Amino acid sequence: MLSLENVCAGYAGFQALFDVSLEVKAGESVAVIGPNGAGKTTLLRLISKLVEPTQGGISFQGRSLLGVAPHEVVARGIAHVPENRRLFPRLSAEENLRMGAFVSRRDFAEKREMVYGLFPRLKEKRRQAAGTLSGGEQQMCAIGRALMSSPKLLLLDEPSAGLAPVVVQSIFALVRRICAQGYTVLIVEQNIRQVLKVVGRAYLLDAGRIVQSGASAELLAAPEIQKAYLGI
Amino acid sequence: MSDIFDVFLLEAVLNGLLLGGLLALLSLGLNLIFGVIDVVWICYAELIMCGMYAVYYLHVQFHWPLLLAMLAAIALVALLGWLLHQFVIRPVLSAEPINQLLVTGGVLFFLQAAATLAFGIDFKNLGVTLPAVRLGELSFSAARLLAFAVALAGALGLYLFLNRSYLGTAIRAISQDRAVMPLMGVNPARIFSITSALGGGLAGLAACLLVLQYDIHPAIGLSFGPITFLICVLGGLGNMLGGFVAAFIFAQFIAVGGFFFHLEWGYVIAFVFFIGVMFLRPRGIFSR
Repeated sequence: MLSLENVCAGYAGFQALFDVSLEVKAGESVAVIGPNGAGKTTLLRLISKLVEPTQGGISFQGRSLLGVAPHEVVARGIAHVPENRRLFPRLSAEENLRMGAFVSRRDFAEKREMVYGLFPRLKEKRRQAAGTLSGGEQQMCAIGRALMSSPKLLLLDEPSAGLAPVVVQSIFALVRRICAQGYTVLIVEQNIRQVLKVVGRAYLLDAGRIVQSGASAELLAAPEIQKAYLGI
Repeated sequence: MSDIFDVFLLEAVLNGLLLGGLLALLSLGLNLIFGVIDVVWICYAELIMCGMYAVYYLHVQFHWPLLLAMLAAIALVALLGWLLHQFVIRPVLSAEPINQLLVTGGVLFFLQAAATLAFGIDFKNLGVTLPAVRLGELSFSAARLLAFAVALAGALGLYLFLNRSYLGTAIRAISQDRAVMPLMGVNPARIFSITSALGGGLAGLAACLLVLQYDIHPAIGLSFGPITFLICVLGGLGNMLGGFVAAFIFAQFIAVGGFFFHLEWGYVIAFVFFIGVMFLRPRGIFSR
């Protein structure tokens, strides 16, 4: 469904990704794990076309994403939950969902009820300004906003960042449910132990390069990962 | 004696209310632009002046029906707003605020000079006189009543648009997080263009109401441009609801102050109030 081939990318005077190749098949849930500053966020921004690659190719459902403007990506079926959630703080929770449905307005009420079914707490607070929601509620709202575009591929950037440990558990439980519902998910996380329990497959990104990949159980058992990232 | 006093005071309060409606409409467009694009159109009142000339020429010279001339003027000023954004604001969108002020200030003088060259300096009048409306012992100008009603309807329409529609929600959202908009599938440049045309359209609507009450000349922008800007600052620049309420407060100071002292003193009192507020709440009465 999504494939990156030998992609290089960076910002002015700084290369963030080197020769990255990655593939996500329809219905799969895949994680990109790695330490802070490894280039995980850049990788997602690349797929959303917020960053244009300097080399290599990206294609989604067999069509190249090169040269596609960032605001045209959602209509192709890719929804991106950005780092730090980035809700519109003074819009209500429901208005944030409306923004998520900007490119696919049909069946708004139906999709909204689907999101509220997934996050009942969001329904209670639907009229509240998003900036006043708790961290966990904001994350639900951000994921709900992305689902409102009926995406074929959901990109999640560090959904557990900045949340209390108890909330982190429930967010991962939700991500698991979303994966189980058949969404194709590409998730980027530092919380390696937790995310590997949710996804089927993962890539390990370090200093801008993919250094390892495989099934989650395999990676959890790999001695290098245990030693370097899980502290075992 | 006391009866007459009360009636005149009531008339002053009601006239203040009517003036407030017009000032509120004037503030809406400027606040919308600032709130969304974060740029102050110093030349806002000059766009209104262009709209007034458009109504005048279409109606008086080309004999278009008044209503049609007004609709055309609104469309024309909306187009001017769009052009202003594309050719003047866009190149300086990420420049220093002072540079943005200077370019729109430059447009102010450009439009004034162009109007002087094209239309001359003599005062032009639409020649339409709406009757006075009598209500018991009170008497009101129908033009002012109409302006008040249209201003309220315009504000309500804008409110509904911004709160109920996808496009309106996007216009509010973009001022809160411009960089995330592409992830919603929204092209920020397009929202800015639409907002600029909308701000221009509001200026055009104001022009249609003002042309019923005032003569047109190239410098007419100066007689209400500064007040409009002041009201926006009083309500908190970019805060449309704040500007709306501030317009009514300011108008009451002018009308009632002018009633108790002398007409010109009304403005003095209103400005003293403004300066006082700026000391106490520099970001406006309704600042967040």
